[in-house]
Amino acid sequence: MSGVNPDNWTCPLPLRDYPNVVLGHGGGGKLSAELVEHLFLPAFRNDALAALGDAAIVPPVAGRLALTTDCYVVRPLFFPGGCIGDLAVNGTVNDLAVSGARPLYLTAGFILEEGLPLAALGDIVARMAAAARAAGVAIVTGDTKVVERGHGDGCFVTTAGVGAVPDGLTLGPERARPGDAVVVSGAIGNHGIAIMSVREGLEFETIIASDTAPLNGLVNEMLAACPNVRVMRDPTRGGVAATLNEIAGRSKVGIEIDEACLPIDPQVWAACELLGLDPLMVANEGKLVAVVPPSDADRLVAAMREHPFGARAAVIGTVSDQHAGMVVARTAVGGRRVVTLPVGEQLPRIC
Amino acid sequence: MKYLTEFRDGELARKLVAEIRSAVTRSWAIMEVCGGQTHSIIRNGIDQLLPPEVELVHGPGCPVCVTPVELIDKAHAIAAAPGVIFCSFGDMLRVPGTAGDLFQVKGRGGDVRVVYSPLDAVKLARENPTREVVFFGIGFETTAPANAMAVVQAQRLGLSNFSVLVSHVLVPPAIEAILGSPANRVQAFLAAGHVCCVMGYHQYPALAERFRVPIVVTGFEPLDLLDGIRRAVLQLEAGTATVENAYPRVVTFEGNRPAQAVLADVFEETDRAWRGIGVIPRSGWRLRAAYRAFDAEARFDVSGIRSVEPAACRSGEVLRGTLKPHQCAAFGKECTPRAPLGATMVSSEGACAAYYNYGRLVDLGTGRIGSAGAVACPA
Ligand code: SF4
Repeated sequence: MSGVNPDNWTCPLPLRDYPNVVLGHGGGGKLSAELVEHLFLPAFRNDALAALGDAAIVPPVAGRLALTTDCYVVRPLFFPGGCIGDLAVNGTVNDLAVSGARPLYLTAGFILEEGLPLAALGDIVARMAAAARAAGVAIVTGDTKVVERGHGDGCFVTTAGVGAVPDGLTLGPERARPGDAVVVSGAIGNHGIAIMSVREGLEFETIIASDTAPLNGLVNEMLAACPNVRVMRDPTRGGVAATLNEIAGRSKVGIEIDEACLPIDPQVWAACELLGLDPLMVANEGKLVAVVPPSDADRLVAAMREHPFGARAAVIGTVSDQHAGMVVARTAVGGRRVVTLPVGEQLPRIC
Repeated sequence: MKYLTEFRDGELARKLVAEIRSAVTRSWAIMEVCGGQTHSIIRNGIDQLLPPEVELVHGPGCPVCVTPVELIDKAHAIAAAPGVIFCSFGDMLRVPGTAGDLFQVKGRGGDVRVVYSPLDAVKLARENPTREVVFFGIGFETTAPANAMAVVQAQRLGLSNFSVLVSHVLVPPAIEAILGSPANRVQAFLAAGHVCCVMGYHQYPALAERFRVPIVVTGFEPLDLLDGIRRAVLQLEAGTATVENAYPRVVTFEGNRPAQAVLADVFEETDRAWRGIGVIPRSGWRLRAAYRAFDAEARFDVSGIRSVEPAACRSGEVLRGTLKPHQCAAFGKECTPRAPLGATMVSSEGACAAYYNYGRLVDLGTGRIGSAGAVACPA
């Protein structure tokens, strides 16, 4: 871990007296104030936050407002490719971005478990700050509560986001039309397999890293190249399968994908084979699915490939007027199958 | 991963299909024994590639599906007991017992954990000396060696807080039961490659000869399955009934001798009830007397349990190959993966789940999957 080190802090009642989170850090007294002053403020640094008001006051924005909120619960807190902090920022940034909104401000709520090392919290916060900088958003207000030991997984983070949707732009899962092309921005399944491999102590030959990333830059490029994009979604929990099923259901269309076109990293594929998981159902944190009119598909993919987070963008299928509400995949050997939704979590198989 | 792509090559698949088509002159029913094969067949749409004369019948080879409901109920009772850490493979958590599944036991406060290996359960027992750690040891000959090793290891470590709820089932007696049934319509078998990897296939020539039935040891990749089907069809058309190994990269005639030795040390044959099918003589394994200390059924008093199976569920017929999942009246209506009536609808290897998850394009009249427009795949 590399972030903030409480040993370096100097203050009248230094946090280093408490190398771990104690209940007092959530009590609203001196310890809480210290946490804000010495940990959150320097990391997130911006005028709206520095005012420390009961609410952050920000200037008016042009366009329609987009609001979103998401809670982040992940075990372990740190995993290959990221931690709960960058996940919490990127996830909310992406929810705004795929709605067509330019992400502007975030809020952050922390539920900390008594005993969490402050160094770990410092690291989480430092990575949140870095992720916010990378996405060009400001974390303008927040809250911290502490729960007793045994009542939390170290740290839960909730982020809410505000963004602005330019006039004239409407994206939505109900807008897919027969004939449209279905596009993904890159290799799928990395985040879910990365988490599973560390959580369950599964060792693969190569480390599989989470793909967590802010997608607003990529979305800008996409909308600049193809203002006609109809749908954008980030396929997080439930994976691409859940996203496509949602689009098929909401748009009352069928979706046909070709398994041979799916970008999947070989090690992710191997892990899925081993565990009996369907990569289409595994979570992503830095990918998006888009639906565009067929005439725009090539241009869109070309524009996406110019961006680092879309370098492996590909058309994976088409929208059809058959089997409305259902997603169907053409398999490598030329058969077809339904792509369904997992009931709950995907469970690794027995043999 | 190149290794895998080789067994999914569309061009080679078309060649095998063409060979099957040109060989077929009449109708044949071929059973793939293993649920893993069933899923691969449906997931890859292999059944749709075959000529109408070749019918694939799905077999009883899903350990989750055939675990009797009494045993599931015993598992639930043990998992709910105070101080117990109940370890299971993920597959078992959603299988319905008489009163719900293991997820519900967990929700009510039972300490139910998913493990990837029985040795993880042994580790848990070491780390939690004051708790009783119980492992749900289900499966065919494929999972049995690891479970046997776990017991041996627990004994070596002198663990007194580790036990296994054993429900192992064996493939050859099941094949024999199917062939011996008056309702049988299976004419050839694709034997399960993973099982033969452990046990070899020396038990099969006697079966093939006695029942005049071709048996082809087959893997799980699309091309493995197509090749197995091709060989079975060629034998059926030629009127021969021998055992062929179409999975030589994994399977040998003798099998894995060290694994067999551990199995023989730890387990002994026993009559076993199969869910939906009934008792098949000498079709299961239980712990030998020397390992009785690790038998969860002996350690916990679970003898008084009354189990009830939903009357509407016809999974016994599905598992015997006499009914296709979509021919069950409850399929997709009262019975879905979200609200399953039978284990065959929840297990990742269950035939009903395979049909529901991947095969809902099935035309209920013909049992074949409908053909809509092609999917474009730009480079
Ligand atoms: S569809 Fe459901 S009720 Fe019918 S046999 Fe399968 S599991 Fe049983």
